[in-house]
Amino acid sequence: MKNSTFVGTLAAATFAAGFAAAGTLDDVKAKGFVQCGVSTGLVGFAAADANGNWDGFDVSVCRAVAAAVLGDAQAVKFTPTTGKTRFTALASGEVDVLARNTTWTFSRDVDLKFTFVGVNYYDGQGFMVPKELGVASAKDLDGATVCIQTGTTTELNLADFFRTNNISYEPVPIETNAEAQQQYLAGACDVYTTDASGLAATRATFESPDAHTLLPEIISKEPLGPLVRHGDDQWADIVRWTMNALIAAEELGVTSANIKESAMEAGNNPEINRLLGTEGNLGEQLGLSADWAKNAIAAGGNYGEIFSRNIGESTPIGLARGLNAQWTDGGLIYTPPFR
Amino acid sequence: MSAITDPPKGGFQLSQLIYDTRYRSMTIQIVALVLFLVGVGWLLNNAAQNLAALGKPLGFGFLGEAAGYDINQKLIEYNNQMSHGRAALVGVMNTLLVAVLGCALATVLGVTIGVLRLSNNWIVARIMTFYIEALRNVPVLLWIVLLMAIFIESFPQPKDFRGDDAVATLKIFESVAFTNRGFYIPKPDMFAGSMFVVFVFLASIVGMFFFRSWSRKRQEATGEILPNFWISLGILIIPALLVYFVLGRPIGLEYPELKGFNFKGGIYMRNSLIALTLALALYTAAFIAENVRAGIMAISKGQSEAAFALGLRPSRTMNLVILPQALRVIIPPLISQYLNLTKNSSLAIAVGYMDVTGTLGGITLNQTGREMECLLILMAIYLAISLTISTVMNWYNESVKLRER
Ligand SMILES: N[C@@H](CCC(=O)N[C@@H](CS)C(=O)NCC(=O)O)C(=O)O
Repeated sequence: MKNSTFVGTLAAATFAAGFAAAGTLDDVKAKGFVQCGVSTGLVGFAAADANGNWDGFDVSVCRAVAAAVLGDAQAVKFTPTTGKTRFTALASGEVDVLARNTTWTFSRDVDLKFTFVGVNYYDGQGFMVPKELGVASAKDLDGATVCIQTGTTTELNLADFFRTNNISYEPVPIETNAEAQQQYLAGACDVYTTDASGLAATRATFESPDAHTLLPEIISKEPLGPLVRHGDDQWADIVRWTMNALIAAEELGVTSANIKESAMEAGNNPEINRLLGTEGNLGEQLGLSADWAKNAIAAGGNYGEIFSRNIGESTPIGLARGLNAQWTDGGLIYTPPFR
Repeated sequence: MSAITDPPKGGFQLSQLIYDTRYRSMTIQIVALVLFLVGVGWLLNNAAQNLAALGKPLGFGFLGEAAGYDINQKLIEYNNQMSHGRAALVGVMNTLLVAVLGCALATVLGVTIGVLRLSNNWIVARIMTFYIEALRNVPVLLWIVLLMAIFIESFPQPKDFRGDDAVATLKIFESVAFTNRGFYIPKPDMFAGSMFVVFVFLASIVGMFFFRSWSRKRQEATGEILPNFWISLGILIIPALLVYFVLGRPIGLEYPELKGFNFKGGIYMRNSLIALTLALALYTAAFIAENVRAGIMAISKGQSEAAFALGLRPSRTMNLVILPQALRVIIPPLISQYLNLTKNSSLAIAVGYMDVTGTLGGITLNQTGREMECLLILMAIYLAISLTISTVMNWYNESVKLRER
């Protein structure tokens, strides 16, 4: 009798300490901030300035989520993660959402049990070499020493690429972008390979970016997007539709400049009205306030504004919209309707 | 009214478990054991439940799936189509390589430094003290990273060796290339007949041991000492050298040569291997040096005075009297230094060295999401390596222990 009470208490304690996936929204509200996993530092995507303020394309997703959920874009705590540590950080609940140049793949979705809420950057893996090497194509890289970040899709694509082209290489596995940059610039490797956007961002920080060139081959598809754990659909919906709201805002012409006005009262575009909460109850359906999307957009502007401010052609990184233009401009950025 | 009461007779009371000193310690131990087991059970249960909730029940099938990634340094056959299990094995071999090289180097350095620290020469002793304090008071990770950074920044790149106006050249009779990607040294090239040379050389090693034991017996019988070192050296190399020339030099050297992006040919020692081994060895040597010093100082002065009185020279006193006794004090802490070095080698990924933590505990863990399984296997592997080291060293310790007669 005594024994069974004991076992019962034990089981209860285990349950209490058990899994806390369900109810991320409540957790976040209780904590008062969103815990967001980002990279250790990739200018334009996620980098901390001298005062410890994070900024960048991926960081903006986190800020928009915080604004949508808590009404405060600053209510984010950032956790720098390496390619290797990021999934453990998310799976263990250390972060609520991961926005770290992460490629949506079958095994990460199905086997690692994560939910990718969408794609915020369509990318592919490229190669960067010093111009003086005189290499014109990735197929000329036989015998080269290649710097790669471990724990990435990059590593697997690279192995496939060299195997199918029947050429050899010497991989140098590295943990963070900063170390890779150091080794590459010192000539400890001939080539640096990662997502083309990451290469552009890295090159922009070089002393003489012009001395380095990106090879024409793009050897993979790297749809990058934010992800959350499996098992909490409400939280996944919130992150997914916050990102969609930023995309919809660009499509509908809602910008950080005109959002105050547009959100004042219902206008004559019903979709804008539903998005900004002047009509319908989309926010309530998500478990958020009616002005959730307005806050998200006001945090850093719409998708196009975020893009051009952080990585666009007017920045040193200088990425063109390309595939990442709105579908109306011939790109792949497309949100399902808000209704 | 009597103040004396009879001691309670018969009837065991529950309170006796606590108040009766006959039972108390037993009670406490049993309670502690139960609490401990409950704690372990709770942890296991919690882990199993959380894994189930994540939809990732424990399973080891992933070890048989194709790894998909490449490893630069492989001591056994491996390519990216082979399994995660195989990749883990490649990692284990790399861990063992660093551990063996590191322990050997650390021992040589540590003993030398430890002995020199006791030197009568003030400057030498001070330099050694400085070395020990500097090395062992800075975390080993910093040494590893620092050595790698020095390596990468200070040695020339392979492309510096190219062209007519090359800024860098091969060193040591144009046979060794020191580059910031590692060192390339000549590799023996075996032609027909080379097996004879190798065979003769191995036979010479056996012969040398025979000579040694014969010489010892002779010394015990006659008291005469032969120039053992020189004779051994002669036995070791002269026959092999003779066969080598008689057979028309069947062993050549393959020199490294710059081809394309990198040097080809020769033996390639990667910068990561060198930096890691060197950092671990330098660091651990500081601790071993202290153990050696402690061991030597533990031998009473009377021993060396007695040896001197018998007319032994200082070097013989050290080798025949002091060190054999000091070893008994030195070896037990030496075992833990070897274990430390081996475990510290798991910092390898900081310089991109693919040890078992880098393959199984790094890329495999990350690509398959099997945190629990990978870490359990990893712990088992390190445990096995450590236990093997302690067993071997304990056995050696046993053999140098004081024989009580
Ligand atoms: N998209 C790939 C690669 C991601 C990756 O590691 N990207 C690099 C360069 S684009 C990065 O973000 N590095 C930042 C850091 O080192 O923290 C993946 O998901 O596996």
